[in-house]
Amino acid sequence: MSYLELLKLASPEAIVVITALVVLTIGLTTGREAAGATVSTARPTGNAGSRSSTRSAALCAFVAVLGLAVAIGAVLMLPRNATLFGGMLVITPLTSLFKIICIVLAFFTILLTTSEKFLRHRGEYLAIVLLATIGLMLLVGSEELLMIFIGLELLGLSLYVMAAFDKTDLRSAEAGLKYFLFGSTSSAFTLFGISLIYGMSGTTGLAAISAKLATASVQPLLAVGIVMTLVGFAFKIAAAPFHLWAPDAYQGAPVPSAAFIASGSKVASFVVLGKIVLIGFAPVHGSAAWHGMVAGWSPVLAALAAFSILLGNLVALAQSNLRRLLAYSAVAHAGYTLLGLVAGGRDGFSAALFYTTTYAITLVGAFGVVGFVRHETGGDDLSNFSRLCSRSPLMAGCMAIFMLSLAGIPPLAGFFGKFYLFRAALQASPSHGLLWLVALALFGSFISLYYYLMVLKFIFVDKQAEAGADRRSVMTDYVLQTSAISLLAAAVLLLGVMPDILAAQILAAMP
Amino acid sequence: MQSHILSIILFTPLAGAFLLLFVPKENKDAIRWIANIFAAAGLLVSIPLVPWFWQQRFEPGFKFVEGAVNNWIPSIGAGYVLGIDGISFLLIMLTTLLGWVSILSSWEAIQNRVKEYYIWFLILQTGMLGVFMALDFFLFFVFWEAMLVPMYLLIGIWGGPRKLYAAIKFFLYTLLGSVLMLLAVLFLYFYNYRQTGTYTFSIEALYKTAPHIFHDPAYGATFAILLFLAFFIAFAIKVPMFPFHTWLPDAHVEAPTAGSVILAGVLLKMGTYGFVRFALPFFPDVAMHPKVRGWMIALSIIGIIYGALVSLMQKDMKKLVAYSSVSHLGFCTLGIFALTPLGLSGSVLQQINHGISTGALFLIVGILYERRHTREIAEYGGISNVMPVYATITMIMFLSSMGLPLLNGFVGEFTILQGTFVENWRWAAWAVPGVILAAAYLLWLYQRVFFGTVTNPKNERLHDLTPREVLTFAPLIIMALWIGIYPKPFFQILEQPVNQIVQTVRPGYPGAGGAVNASVPVSSAGTSAQLASENAKGNK
Repeated sequence: MSYLELLKLASPEAIVVITALVVLTIGLTTGREAAGATVSTARPTGNAGSRSSTRSAALCAFVAVLGLAVAIGAVLMLPRNATLFGGMLVITPLTSLFKIICIVLAFFTILLTTSEKFLRHRGEYLAIVLLATIGLMLLVGSEELLMIFIGLELLGLSLYVMAAFDKTDLRSAEAGLKYFLFGSTSSAFTLFGISLIYGMSGTTGLAAISAKLATASVQPLLAVGIVMTLVGFAFKIAAAPFHLWAPDAYQGAPVPSAAFIASGSKVASFVVLGKIVLIGFAPVHGSAAWHGMVAGWSPVLAALAAFSILLGNLVALAQSNLRRLLAYSAVAHAGYTLLGLVAGGRDGFSAALFYTTTYAITLVGAFGVVGFVRHETGGDDLSNFSRLCSRSPLMAGCMAIFMLSLAGIPPLAGFFGKFYLFRAALQASPSHGLLWLVALALFGSFISLYYYLMVLKFIFVDKQAEAGADRRSVMTDYVLQTSAISLLAAAVLLLGVMPDILAAQILAAMP
Repeated sequence: MQSHILSIILFTPLAGAFLLLFVPKENKDAIRWIANIFAAAGLLVSIPLVPWFWQQRFEPGFKFVEGAVNNWIPSIGAGYVLGIDGISFLLIMLTTLLGWVSILSSWEAIQNRVKEYYIWFLILQTGMLGVFMALDFFLFFVFWEAMLVPMYLLIGIWGGPRKLYAAIKFFLYTLLGSVLMLLAVLFLYFYNYRQTGTYTFSIEALYKTAPHIFHDPAYGATFAILLFLAFFIAFAIKVPMFPFHTWLPDAHVEAPTAGSVILAGVLLKMGTYGFVRFALPFFPDVAMHPKVRGWMIALSIIGIIYGALVSLMQKDMKKLVAYSSVSHLGFCTLGIFALTPLGLSGSVLQQINHGISTGALFLIVGILYERRHTREIAEYGGISNVMPVYATITMIMFLSSMGLPLLNGFVGEFTILQGTFVENWRWAAWAVPGVILAAAYLLWLYQRVFFGTVTNPKNERLHDLTPREVLTFAPLIIMALWIGIYPKPFFQILEQPVNQIVQTVRPGYPGAGGAVNASVPVSSAGTSAQLASENAKGNK
């Protein structure tokens, strides 16, 4: 294995690293100069200084977006299959596909930042987004527990900073702190679990662990290790009862950060969780069927899923802040997605991945609209959304698409995603043993319809709010965002009408 | 052209909605014109279907089939397959007609948020047409649920005082039913896979395998009945049958006039259509199961009587019409579960009739409401003095709704009762009071609103119908007279699909699948009664 080849195989990650550094440098040099200029000189130059700082901001964003585009190209240039260092870096069609998806999500997150006012240090912020993206790519592209842990930590630490980035907002600091405390605890769990698994099986490669598990009987200590690893991931995907950080993080973090936490981080976590349980722990699958429970990880995940669906949907009913509502609905959606992993197999895994991808696209868009409304009205409670449709029909229409997709109304992506999941779960066992879980999920999505309709009620039906003088017209400086949001809404619609363009890709990429 | 006619009909309204997106919302008249043009175009493009369909009305199977099995989402086995038979043909023609009528009727009724209104309405139109055309269950389900959203918004935005409650109730009720149906159809889908080795939602494929569940030792009759119940609840909520009807008065009362017309005229038919298209052919043995059938008949009869009795007591005109729908739809389900060719074709014809007459009744109520902004019966009296044209049209539609011979309602109800009588005379006997009660509540309403002198001074200056309003009623009256006087073509169109269903449900039933009814000469001037009895004779 020559270093040249390593560099070639790791080129997408390398490109993103370089981009992050370049963005950081640009931010440091141009941004600071402008800030210094405004301080030292009198008023006339202040105007010029802010203009130069916006120019530097645009430059940062442009470089970041360009770097991501090049990285996508590099992913496309990768060979179809390769394995390095016993699974530390794995390239398969699946990893390539999801690297692209993660990069695209980062791309849209960066577009959402373009007119955010909180960003005094735009270069740093974008660099951290890019670092988090590297974390995502490492997570997706590895089948080795240590490497996965490094990816998780890189991602986690970047996200903590992103959550706390708005120094002017107390809630942001709270979100960052809570996210950090919960996150580091769960990382400790994961690491402890991994160490136990390593101790019992003598390896950290997923394929090797699977081979070991298949021959030896499961000792209690190994079971503890498996459960602890799962707990760590349950935190990442915000499955109940490990979801406590989510409402505060979703509500307090700056909008782009929250969007990234809800989308990219979730997609990558599901990819990795799926790989760990379906490749690494395959021999101890167990069964979650109603009359045939067999010990293993799938009953654990099934219990998490059931609890998440119930708790997420019921608590979301009572929310009056849209971001908190989205957070609790995220808990429920994590539950639905787990259904696919519990079902297992190619169909189950690809259903879970399809669902989490469309969910991520939807949430980035929804947070984009939240950002828009926040700019316009200064808040993101449900009441801030009242009669959005008369203020901005475009954003209202997009939000309707996102909410209805989350509710699972055809012909939107969310409907097909749910359908695909339920189908996979029923298909998993010949006697439809997972029917109880599917019925619960259907019941959950029935409940969820109510609160999504409430959002639509605020947007479309509510009485016209008084046109306050403080209401700024933000349409003009929000062009980039609105077009990005419309693009996402179009994607949600397209994936609903023609789901096979993604579903068939994922299914074909399955090992 | 013929091979894509269904898609063209299906997407014409959607194209209109898309075009409307780009019209500035201040330009209300342009929006109205475009919406009306596309609604009229939707009707016009469906008219060539009439001669084409007429030529092949006795041919078996679905006509104008478009698309191929599993061509849409191959990985799960869903296809974009459209096709119609006589039943869906009539319902599609009803939908395009009522769609045009209700969009025309909204010209002055809707004054705020005009653009959104027409966009949602046109989308709704496409959704409804899709439900009647889909030959793939997945596609069907997409349309079935997709049209909930526009209807929710139509009620929620342009509705009356309790609109939000009504809109959410409507949405949740329907969705609860469809969730159960989705689960049941997934079972059929996997069962089909086990039998044939292919995953598909194609309705024709499911027709072949689903009936076997009843006799399959691995599942058994109870399981089949449970699946049937899942379908039943979904459709019974939509119809609505007796214990599931509570959403209907709320939705109807709060919806804007055009929304009520579409709701009563087309949306309710989706439930009965679902019974005919899915529940019966998927579970023929369950439908013939004496207990299940007994319950269905009992619920239908309760619906007929209960709906009529409640109508008698209403003080609000719209609520009266809404409850009368429960009663009329009771006749439709009675005809379906009588499971005779006469009962079924009467039922489908009665669905069309109900769409025409109840649609017109809602328009009638809407016209008074537009002028006076109240629907309280006590507010009116002596209206025939100030609005003679309006009073005449109202009388025709009331008579049609209560089933006077030579008007459409009579043909439908008579055929249903006849078909039920052949099966069990007691059922028919229980249903007949519904006809009498219908006459009672409608005539009493007419008397209170139109006869006498003008008691309320506010009513003295009401202006009579405008030409536009007359135009909205014209097609409905023509259709009511046509079906009432010469229903033979309609029965001929229904003959093939109805016989096929009866043949599936009860193989060897005399009259189903045997001689083609139309070959029996029927005196062209014969009333429906003659026609129906001759049909029955011809079948024996």
